[in-house]
Amino acid sequence: MAEVKQAARPLSPHLQIYRWSWTMAMSIAHRATGCALYGGTVLIAAWLVAAASGPAAFETAQWIAGSILGRLVLFLYSFALLHHMVGGLRHFVWDMGYGYEPQTRMNMAKYSVFVSGGLTLLVWIVAYVVR
Amino acid sequence: MAEFNLPQNSRLVAGKTWPKPAGASKLTEFKVYRWSPDDTENPRTDTYFVDREDCGPMVLDALIWIKSKIDPTLTFRRSCREGICGSCAMNMDGKNGLACTTGIDECGGKGNKVAIYPLPHMPVIKDLVPDLTRFYAQHASIEPWLKTTTPAPEKEWAQGKEDREKLDGLYECILCACCSTSCPSYWWNGDRYLGPAALLQAYRWLIDSRDEATGERLDDLEDPFRLYRCHTIMNCANACPKGLNPAKAIAEVKKMMVTRQV
Repeated sequence: MAEVKQAARPLSPHLQIYRWSWTMAMSIAHRATGCALYGGTVLIAAWLVAAASGPAAFETAQWIAGSILGRLVLFLYSFALLHHMVGGLRHFVWDMGYGYEPQTRMNMAKYSVFVSGGLTLLVWIVAYVVR
Repeated sequence: MAEFNLPQNSRLVAGKTWPKPAGASKLTEFKVYRWSPDDTENPRTDTYFVDREDCGPMVLDALIWIKSKIDPTLTFRRSCREGICGSCAMNMDGKNGLACTTGIDECGGKGNKVAIYPLPHMPVIKDLVPDLTRFYAQHASIEPWLKTTTPAPEKEWAQGKEDREKLDGLYECILCACCSTSCPSYWWNGDRYLGPAALLQAYRWLIDSRDEATGERLDDLEDPFRLYRCHTIMNCANACPKGLNPAKAIAEVKKMMVTRQV
């Protein structure tokens, strides 16, 4: 029989076409905030190193943290931290075997955005009020 | 590492728009994935207009209408047309499901248009027909049959009513692959991660009161990839056309892993 040459099979589209849902979006957000926390931890470490190095270095670190850009980074860092914490609690509930009903799982994902956003704002309002 | 982009030979190119049927009052636009092994062209999406007055209510009705009235080369699997064979599993308007149990009007995410693709991240045999060889091999790998060591009873293996109820929500799986191919973890690690369908089947045998190989079954799943690539993304449960919950079944397997150690 003559050899039949066949084109290599293509891979069907996936991420390009799949419709986003809250649970899918919050799963990737949990991973993204987790990665962002690595960067945030480096900043915390740098701030501690500056504090240990002496008054001049600490003064500089405080000035950077207090600048508009510094405060923006801190705001995003605190959001990433709280979002990751709320996401972690959500996953804890799921790992215990609860919250799998269709409406419950969607709501748990959806409200974790609002809860973590609200907590972030609360932290910053309290911080500005008490300082 | 996950490869988010499609390989060069899989990228979609512009397709053909077929003429609208004459004299139709209510039209719905269908954008359908096409690829043929008989030429060297890349996949494309063809556009068809379906006369809804002349066509049944389901997506499968529309595909059959297109095949018989417009383009006989359109290729897809179908058999029972009542959601029990699992053949017509595909991606409709961004969500996996069975074409026979998905209403055309349920899809109208973007106005009066329906986009249809094969099950995601699978090798395509032709058009909407994916190659499910690996998927079936994964199901076989969990050894989906009753395993016992005690001598067989004279009659059947008895099971009480409560124990039988533990199989509800599991035995109904029709292996259509909607769940596994909706799972991003399965997209990126499908060669090593068993995926929601096979794991739901694994749990179906793990909690069967008659099965006596629970320990061996758990040993087989105790692996960073086979079981633990599940990150509770929940696409599986959202996609299942039978309303089952593979995500919950996987969580129960993970719980069994922990509880057997304490």
